[in-house]
Amino acid sequence: MTESNLLPSGQKRIDSLEMRGITKRFPGVLASDHVNFDVKSGEVHALLGENGAGKSTLMKILYGLYHPDEGTVLLNGEPVTISSPTDSINLGIGMIHQHFMLVPTLTVAENVALGLPSSRGALTDLDKVSNRILELAKIYGLKIDPDAYVWQLSVGQQQRVEIIKALYRGAALLILDEPTAVLTPQEVDELFVIMRQMVRDGHALIFISHKLHEVVEICNRVTVLRNGRTIGTRPTAETTKQALANWMVGREVGFAPDRGETKLGEVRLSLDNVQCGSDRGTPGLRGVSFDVCSGEILGFAGVSGNGQRELAESITGLRKVTSGKVYLEGQDITNMSPGDIMERMLSYIPEERMRDGMIKDFTVAENMILREHQKQPYSKNGFLNLRGIASHADELIQKFRVKTPSRETMAKNLSGGNIQKIVLAREISRNPRAILAAQPTRGLDIGATEYVREQLIEQRNKGAAVMLISEDLDEILALSDRIAVIYEGQIMDIITRENATPEKLGLLMAGVRSEDATPVVK
Amino acid sequence: MITELFSTTVLIGILASGIRLATPYLYAAIGETFSQKSGVLNLGVEGQMLLGCFAAFYVTFTTGSLWLGLLAAIAVGALMGLAMAFVTVNLRAQQGISGIGFYLFGLGMSDLLFQRLMGTVETVQGFPKIYIPGLSEIPGIGEIFFNQNILVYGAYLLVPLAWFVLNKTTLGLKIRAVGENPDAADSLGVNVARVRYFTIILGGILSGVAGASLSIALLNVFQQNMTSGLGFIAVALVYFGAWHPVGVLGGALLFSMVNSLQLWVQVLGIPIPSDIAVMMPYVLTILVLVATVSRVRAPSALTKPFERDE
Ligand SMILES: Nc1ncnc2c1ncn2[C@@H]1O[C@H](COP(=O)(O)OP(=O)(O)O)[C@@H](O)[C@H]1O
Ligand SMILES: [Mg+2]
Repeated sequence: MTESNLLPSGQKRIDSLEMRGITKRFPGVLASDHVNFDVKSGEVHALLGENGAGKSTLMKILYGLYHPDEGTVLLNGEPVTISSPTDSINLGIGMIHQHFMLVPTLTVAENVALGLPSSRGALTDLDKVSNRILELAKIYGLKIDPDAYVWQLSVGQQQRVEIIKALYRGAALLILDEPTAVLTPQEVDELFVIMRQMVRDGHALIFISHKLHEVVEICNRVTVLRNGRTIGTRPTAETTKQALANWMVGREVGFAPDRGETKLGEVRLSLDNVQCGSDRGTPGLRGVSFDVCSGEILGFAGVSGNGQRELAESITGLRKVTSGKVYLEGQDITNMSPGDIMERMLSYIPEERMRDGMIKDFTVAENMILREHQKQPYSKNGFLNLRGIASHADELIQKFRVKTPSRETMAKNLSGGNIQKIVLAREISRNPRAILAAQPTRGLDIGATEYVREQLIEQRNKGAAVMLISEDLDEILALSDRIAVIYEGQIMDIITRENATPEKLGLLMAGVRSEDATPVVK
Repeated sequence: MITELFSTTVLIGILASGIRLATPYLYAAIGETFSQKSGVLNLGVEGQMLLGCFAAFYVTFTTGSLWLGLLAAIAVGALMGLAMAFVTVNLRAQQGISGIGFYLFGLGMSDLLFQRLMGTVETVQGFPKIYIPGLSEIPGIGEIFFNQNILVYGAYLLVPLAWFVLNKTTLGLKIRAVGENPDAADSLGVNVARVRYFTIILGGILSGVAGASLSIALLNVFQQNMTSGLGFIAVALVYFGAWHPVGVLGGALLFSMVNSLQLWVQVLGIPIPSDIAVMMPYVLTILVLVATVSRVRAPSALTKPFERDE
């Protein structure tokens, strides 16, 4: 074994890893269908595909969490059996899961030491573990405090703990499943620095992301999965964002849907100097006023945490308005119960769709009638009408192209994009007078994003008043007729689509008023 | 005055028996701490105690050996724990319900065996007092702390031992991780099922010993349902003690002291209806739990069966 065979962490490198003909069936779903995939030392290989394409499943098979029904894995050309995470760890494979696998109540060092033999036998050797963590952190340029509790760490820091955990176990191949979905742009840059370092040192990396510019920026090769099948593998140098998007979805994708013409109607929803508190007890909204008309989309741009959540919750009755008024079609709905407000045909697509938008352990069909279950034809005299519910569900599944094995599948087993389609289907199919959509495309793949945006436009064209809260400036610019910028619980300005530029919005989002270009003093 | 002297004696008596009476609470609640730390709520403690209680008594009564009696309680507790582990880990039963099932089983079974094998209430010579040389001669203190039998000493030694295992060993780290985030532990190759089997069986063994401490060390008799809710209080003590052995110790002492006090109240013939006196520890359980609720978060995975979602 020559010196160059070793990684800086002292582990042997993995020159090549190949997955051949991998097939995995779940009840009603063929998650992997004879998939081929390979990765080499010193490269980042992207795995691209829509939600539910089978990316996580393939990676969980590689890590030993799922067992394939068919197929082989070759490591440096030799077939290997991976039947548990212990096997994959021993082979030098590490995985950063889409949802972090950390124990919040333990320290960083304890999380790293978990499951490993200790140099002191039955007693823990956390001091030695801490030293080794600091050593690795130095080699790979990661900043980390081994004694900090995980619950004290930011998301970016937690991810570093995950990376250290894998390196500590001698990972030569690292799987990163949507590592950037939860990071701020700065944290993404930091992650990329670490990834580049690892690749230079001879690690092999697998990178999953829906953000095509990230794929183009950091990856050497890209493999596209669609419906559990490999569509192909290409060097990223030979492709573009648009080409990747089309290839992935299997058709021409538009990032900015056609908006049609504007037919502005009467005022549907209006806020008059609304104030409310935040969860931390500080002011959440500090006097917000605006009108939204039938047939328009009013976008709310802003850096997260500037009152967007409070705005959505005070309109929908989920948060107490301390002063000011909210009117829906001229009627005062301030501090009405959420049920009464929704009854007046305001629809809400919440930001936390898994928590606030649906019940995970209910079926698709049940989730689709959550809002209207007490009405005919879904129930009568307090008894559910199962036939009415079923046909409604089938209709919506077809109309909204929800990918689900059946209407009786638990919602939690669907991918993020399909879950959002259920929420959307439920909220839109009732023909609402006004819609409040909060971060409606966050975490969704390109196909689903495009679909959600088209639906919002369609509702606007049908005459609904649409409020769109989003941190994605491209989305705001693509969809909105007017754009309100929210900063520290206030509306900085409302500008029309024609006058909006990213620069202008960026300044407003930072609290700088366009006319005087000086920061607003609180 | 003579009453003053009298009350000092009484005070020492109350404290000494309080220390002694904490024994079954400690064994049972420390065992429960282990299983809850790993994410398993064992509501069957009372049933495990009753069977341990009977086994220890019966074996001691028939063989004349206290140690064989203790061993029998350990074996019965371990078996109950094994069954509990199978039902919770492999069958993924709803833990609150299956625990009550185990309680009822223990209650009925111990009674049945008692009727069949003995029929009348007998007594045995329990574990003798061990005077710790030197320490037991300290006035007051010696009488209270160092004039107890081996199972009492064992219960108090268990507290630092449990703390040490939970916080300083790799096994303890696994237990804590499995109770908070079994998916994370699983992804690092920790065998979640094995860890839970271990803690549940350990809990069963300690419940068995808790039962034995009643029948062959403290009261030295066996009667139907003689634990009378003590096992349930032990479960409550784990919440009260915030899943920390020292907290559990504090809770156990609080309850045993109140219990001891009410016994002395009866002994001294102070005119309080005995039903009310007997009720005191239970009322206290509820009051204290209400007061301490949500002070510390329970292990996140408590009562949640683990299943790798494949
Ligand atoms: N544990 C599971 N049980 C049943 N179906 C599953 C499970 N995990 C994934 N699936 C299904 O397999 C398909 C692929 O899912 P996944 O690999 O998570 O996709 P991706 O990561 O590409 O979004 C989806 O249709 C999903 O619903
Ligand atoms: Mg995934």
